[in-house]
Amino acid sequence: MRDIRLLTEMFVPGALIGPFTNAHPGLGGVCTFVGEVRGDAEVAALELTHYEPLTLGGMHQLADRAEERFDLLGLLMVHRIGLLRVGEPIVCVSAAALHRRDAIDAVDCCMDHLKSAAWFWKREKRSDGWHWIEPRDEDHRDLARWG
Amino acid sequence: MAIRILFLGPLRDLAGCEEMTAAAPLDWAGLLKLVGQDVAEVLAGDRIHLACGGRVLANKTELSAQDGDEVALLPPVSGG
Repeated sequence: MRDIRLLTEMFVPGALIGPFTNAHPGLGGVCTFVGEVRGDAEVAALELTHYEPLTLGGMHQLADRAEERFDLLGLLMVHRIGLLRVGEPIVCVSAAALHRRDAIDAVDCCMDHLKSAAWFWKREKRSDGWHWIEPRDEDHRDLARWG
Repeated sequence: MAIRILFLGPLRDLAGCEEMTAAAPLDWAGLLKLVGQDVAEVLAGDRIHLACGGRVLANKTELSAQDGDEVALLPPVSGG
């Protein structure tokens, strides 16, 4: 199964991963990554904006590529948009496969793409106001690993 | 019907608004004139992409927006 979603409200990753795992009887492994808003004394909140016609479509195209490249039974990709506080989950990617390497690499690959090539714009609220964020060089290097 | 122009991410700060409307049809030169000098300057650079009708244009100077189209100005993404 494929489950790709943008969510405007806080979500509980376990509530997604449980049913996703159960939907694939006979699987050999599930790999899940959950990203949260990092604790930082300077950062009071994070805001993610998107562009609906491109963002969700882009996530589906990313899922298409992951399913072509890796032998998957299922792929879940859920991303938050809107206002987030420290400690809230921002992204959850889970892949189910017969063999662990496909599941692990699919999640790794999808996360690297989401971190620097997905249609999101992010800004942080600090004591002196809002600041827009661009991907770090490291994020671009991570993405380049997948060719 | 008209054309809706959206300013995404940091461009909304520069534009001073999230969206504006324009009369159809709208081409590249018309868009540059409409968005104000600050936005026009960065829009002319190679870091801003343009989407029309939900598709990113390979060559933004070939913009040809018609009645009912949505034109989105897309600055470099932050990633998720």
